[in-house]
Amino acid sequence: MKRFRRHGQESQRDRLKQELFQFNKTVEHGFPHQPSALGYSPSLQLLAIGTRSGAIKLYGAPGVEFMGLHDENAAVTQVHFMPHQVELVTLLDDNSLHMWTLRGHKGLSELLEIGRFTLTGPPGAPPSVTRVTAVLAHASGELLLLGTEGGHVFIVEVPGFRELEERNISLDQVAASVPDDYIGRRNLEHVEALQENPINPNQVVIGYGRGLMVIWDLEKQCAIQHIPATQQLESVWWTEDGSYILSSHSDGSYCRWMVGGEDVNEEEEKSDIPYGHFPCKAISKIIQLPTEEGPPFLLFSGGMPRASYGDRHCITVIHSKTHVALDFTSRIIDFFVIRDGLQHTGDPSALVVLVEEELVVIDLQTDCWPVIQTPYLVPLHSSAITCSHHVSAIPLKLWERVITAGELQHTHYSKKPWPITGGQNLAPDPPQRDLLLTGHEDGTVHFWDASGVCLYPLYKLSTAGVFHTDTDPNDNMNQGAEGEWPPFRKVGCFDPYSDDPRLGIQKIHLCKYSGYLTVAGTAGQILVLELNDEAAEQTVEAKVVDLLQGQEGFRWKGHTRLDVREEPVLFPPGFQPFALVQCQPPAVVTALTLHSEWKLVAFGTSHGFGLYDYQQKNNVLIKCTLNPSDQLAMEGPLSRVKSIKKSLRQSFRRIRRSRVSLRKHHVNNTAKLQEANARLEAELAEMELAPVQRKIEARSSDDSFTGLVRTLYFADTFLSDSSHNAPSLWAGTNGGCVFAYMLRLPPVEHRADEPVTAQPAKEIQLMHRAPVVGIVVLDGHGAPLPEPLEVAHDLSRSPDMQGSHQLLVISEEQFKVFTLPKVSAKMKLKLTAVDGSRVRRVGVAWFCSSRTEDYGESGLTVLTNQGDVHVVSLPHVKMQVQYPCIRREDVSGIASCVFTKHGQGFYLISPSEFERFSLSTCHLVEPRCLVEAPLHSGSSNQHRSQPDGASSAHRTRQESEDAGKKSVRGFKESQ
Amino acid sequence: MNKNHRVQSSRSLSAVEVKSKFGAEFRRFSLDRSKPGRFDEFYGLLQHVHRIPNVELLVGYADVHGDLLPINNDDNYHKAISTASPLLRLFLQRKEEADYTAFGTDSLTRKKNTVLSAVLLRPDANRKKPPVIISLPRDFRPVSSIIDVDILPETHRRVRLYKHGQEKPLGFYIRDGSSVRVTAQGLEKLPGIFISRMVPGGLAESTGLLAVNDEVLEVNGIEVAGKSLDQVTDMMIANSHNLIITVKPANQRNNVVRSGGGGGGGGASMPMHIIQNFPVDELESEDEDLVIEADGEAEPIRRAPSNYSMPSLPRYEPHLNLRAATTSVSSSALSINANGTLPASGSSGSLSNTNATSTTSSPDRATERRSLEEDGTVITL
Repeated sequence: MKRFRRHGQESQRDRLKQELFQFNKTVEHGFPHQPSALGYSPSLQLLAIGTRSGAIKLYGAPGVEFMGLHDENAAVTQVHFMPHQVELVTLLDDNSLHMWTLRGHKGLSELLEIGRFTLTGPPGAPPSVTRVTAVLAHASGELLLLGTEGGHVFIVEVPGFRELEERNISLDQVAASVPDDYIGRRNLEHVEALQENPINPNQVVIGYGRGLMVIWDLEKQCAIQHIPATQQLESVWWTEDGSYILSSHSDGSYCRWMVGGEDVNEEEEKSDIPYGHFPCKAISKIIQLPTEEGPPFLLFSGGMPRASYGDRHCITVIHSKTHVALDFTSRIIDFFVIRDGLQHTGDPSALVVLVEEELVVIDLQTDCWPVIQTPYLVPLHSSAITCSHHVSAIPLKLWERVITAGELQHTHYSKKPWPITGGQNLAPDPPQRDLLLTGHEDGTVHFWDASGVCLYPLYKLSTAGVFHTDTDPNDNMNQGAEGEWPPFRKVGCFDPYSDDPRLGIQKIHLCKYSGYLTVAGTAGQILVLELNDEAAEQTVEAKVVDLLQGQEGFRWKGHTRLDVREEPVLFPPGFQPFALVQCQPPAVVTALTLHSEWKLVAFGTSHGFGLYDYQQKNNVLIKCTLNPSDQLAMEGPLSRVKSIKKSLRQSFRRIRRSRVSLRKHHVNNTAKLQEANARLEAELAEMELAPVQRKIEARSSDDSFTGLVRTLYFADTFLSDSSHNAPSLWAGTNGGCVFAYMLRLPPVEHRADEPVTAQPAKEIQLMHRAPVVGIVVLDGHGAPLPEPLEVAHDLSRSPDMQGSHQLLVISEEQFKVFTLPKVSAKMKLKLTAVDGSRVRRVGVAWFCSSRTEDYGESGLTVLTNQGDVHVVSLPHVKMQVQYPCIRREDVSGIASCVFTKHGQGFYLISPSEFERFSLSTCHLVEPRCLVEAPLHSGSSNQHRSQPDGASSAHRTRQESEDAGKKSVRGFKESQ
Repeated sequence: MNKNHRVQSSRSLSAVEVKSKFGAEFRRFSLDRSKPGRFDEFYGLLQHVHRIPNVELLVGYADVHGDLLPINNDDNYHKAISTASPLLRLFLQRKEEADYTAFGTDSLTRKKNTVLSAVLLRPDANRKKPPVIISLPRDFRPVSSIIDVDILPETHRRVRLYKHGQEKPLGFYIRDGSSVRVTAQGLEKLPGIFISRMVPGGLAESTGLLAVNDEVLEVNGIEVAGKSLDQVTDMMIANSHNLIITVKPANQRNNVVRSGGGGGGGGASMPMHIIQNFPVDELESEDEDLVIEADGEAEPIRRAPSNYSMPSLPRYEPHLNLRAATTSVSSSALSINANGTLPASGSSGSLSNTNATSTTSSPDRATERRSLEEDGTVITL
């Protein structure tokens, strides 16, 4: 048939395809994986983050963001903006320097790499001579000073990277003038820090690793002053008025030195070990900033007593009598302070800290220094993401109620606006309100505003309150005891250790019209929640559902059911649970759907599925799909692996507790942790020994997990005869079986008292037995049936009930259309048999034409296990387009993918970042922003308002410390 | 001899003489060669002419070599009709007393007399205990074949495995490997997929057509070059009910000799059917999903508009659906399941489960359904 189709039709369809579909990766949401460097431009008000995989990301006002990727796959170790310019310089692990700029193009700015440079030493010199350890972007904007491991300082003209050899400051030049009594004069070691004099850019201080600091005059090319510190140097800070230099050292001390000029025998004005007596860890960076009236702010990172708090990640802020050690949950990468005023020379207003897993901004002008909610870079993985659910076009009413509920949770945040405001967001307002819901391992569901470029947190729902967990309610770690020293204060929300893995959220379904939400978890729990604007105290009654239905010979070896609180629980305004179903055996819930019009929830596990009437709070149907010989499903999936994970988690928890209460025992626990780690590693090694060969065998009914329920679907369609449509429930299993039940709902006036009934109507066993991943009923026009209540809210035209309906069954291997009510195969599209790829994710989407507004069609969006995305037409199941999207090795990325109803999608590119992509020509959410070069301030004297906030002094150390454990994931390849 | 017959009478080209023997009785009738009709109609016709309407029969015929071969589906029925020259000799047995050992290709000339006499003369008496029943004759069907010999290079072999309705596992493993190819740039080492292991007693091993270290080049006509091991695995499994693998055998000594006159087989190692120019649409051998309706009968789903066919079995002739040849057919009571077996009494009866409709008595149904699955007649299509 196809072969003889006329040419014209083909090309017409091709043109239409171009108008409907295109593939773009549009924006990355969340927090960059493994950040390694931070930079800030006060004049541009832009923040830059470099990562270990070589990405560089710039952020300004919400919606203003840029992303670049170095060709070298090396970690970014330093980022420096050129003062008062739109250029920035990055230093990579491989010792290469890169110049980037924001170039205007068609009214939008683009981040472009415009040059690269590697220092070349004299012939025959060891590589350490040119290994860059410190970078100073000079206030003139024309020079880069590069301190090296060999102790030399190279001066390079930018842009263009021209070496100014005659101006280089060699180690010999400096060493010659070092006072004879200086202890370390034999070996000054590498250049640890470079800073310029805030009031005289011609003076720079060169800090050497051994401790010596030299103030060098760039004009006269000679040393002005030597500061003979004797401790290993960590960082240097030149105070605002140019009269003092602060140095921080590896023994946890910092010193203040007077800049005298002529007095060579300079004395140390003040030396202090803030957390002293016992040995302390290094202070890796120190900053002192003046205030208009009153004492200055002193901020430094590290310096904790080695034995008792050596594992804390702290930044200490001291202002007048206030002294706080901000305690972060992950390693500190770098920090800087934003200052008030047009020239950014006023009082410190906000402290911005980049830690390994999040960005924390602290308001320094409000009492108690509250945290400012970040509009972007939010750690999606504050607890590991276990599932996601996207809801498009949220009605305004629900949107506002969710926001209100969320605002009540955000009261502890600062009221101040976001302090980083660079650039203009030129993206048009999003056409609709979209919600992305992420389920997490700790039993929380986070609601994100996914309408635009910024994935903004709206509301957080916790389900843990319904259950008794083995967390100690007194285990409150946020507040240290009164009078504790150091005065810790926990900040940040990254807390990856779940108290009970059974709380993990596995499936979410939200009805956007009624505000009913159902979430299901790892221990077979299904909660039905209702949006309530008031706090309410209520008991959640649990209904236990035996999915085995008396199957013999069963022994569940997995986790136990969650223990439900029997007393009333106070639920804050927001989504409040009112019904709970617990599956027995308590296996992870694998499929879930809600029909708010019929007030029914359907759920499935590896043992069977059930239908729950949440109005009458009772079960309508239980169906066991388990094959009695399926031992694996009976025992509980992966119970062994889980137990290792659990023991690991418990050791973590013990460590965490011990931090607060019993400090001394902590060594002991570390040993336990190591033991657990070793065990896990041995386990993994064992797995990898299996030879790489694959068994070729047809699927059979005896395979494991054939009874696992993969998909559930409600439809009002023609199940038994072609003249009467009726509510129906459809379930698809891993074994390629589809069950259909006819539902009888009592009339509305008797809905509360007459029972809902379900009758088996059909059972389809697909011959190829591949797992059924999706079921859709198409109406008389071949369009998918609308969502419940969609028609009632006038948001969709009524489905066509005149023509005959069709059933679309999507298995991992093929798409198959059947007639209804008599089920006979009509068409199909084979996927696996042809190219070996299998369907991993499927969604129904509506595609509009980019040319004419009135044309659109629905299609299936499909993600395969090869990482390709496809669009398949409806109702003819023809392959339309195919694009590579995710690397096929990226199993977790593929598993995390979620499609929207308008042809967009999200998937995790790291535990903390979603990549957003679009298959549609019309629905694209991508950053469109403009950054203009700052006007040079007229007064050339006040040349340098503030040095680059995140200064060159701070290099990323400890990089190797934890590199081993984490799975290193590359950034997306095509950029 | 055959030729003589054909030349003798032009009439015999269009009509087939049938001589049917049941017990001691013979019946003679004729069929239109070009319009043989369906097997079930033919079966009904046999019951009718022998006046044994309610007797379950095993139908056998003597082929040109004198082998006693079964007729139990459209394909071998058509084969029987088409090869009859002109006489088609049929031997009917009561199903319950059938001597299955009588069938088979090896019953060729050397045993011809004894076998035939055993069937003809002692249909029900003094049968010795049959030695080992390998399989029921009704299950006779090809399990493997070499196809497309004429279009493939001699170094390659295209093997078709008929998993269809078999209890036997396909039974092999594949692995990654590298193969050396001759290219324009000279010898080049390329990644390839190889058979790594055979499961003893599996279909793959029992055919003798595949061996460890054979390189897999194609799966159901699609090249595997550039595909990962997992992709190829998935492709093979997706096609497992009718798997066609093109291999480059590690052992190149048993290759089919194309010009080897007449025989076509490359020696004793290849006794299988060699079917050339396999129709392409045959690859679309329809997988027939099973639907159980609440009100009873289980039935395989068929393509809505398609004519009935025996999908995954090779068809030697285009099918012509003609009822004209057989007039009084009582075939309405009979139906043929998709795998060509006659429904054993009650086998589908258990599917008409009244339980299913009544309530949600799922365990009963589940076990019931499972028992169906196990006997493999209905669900395992």
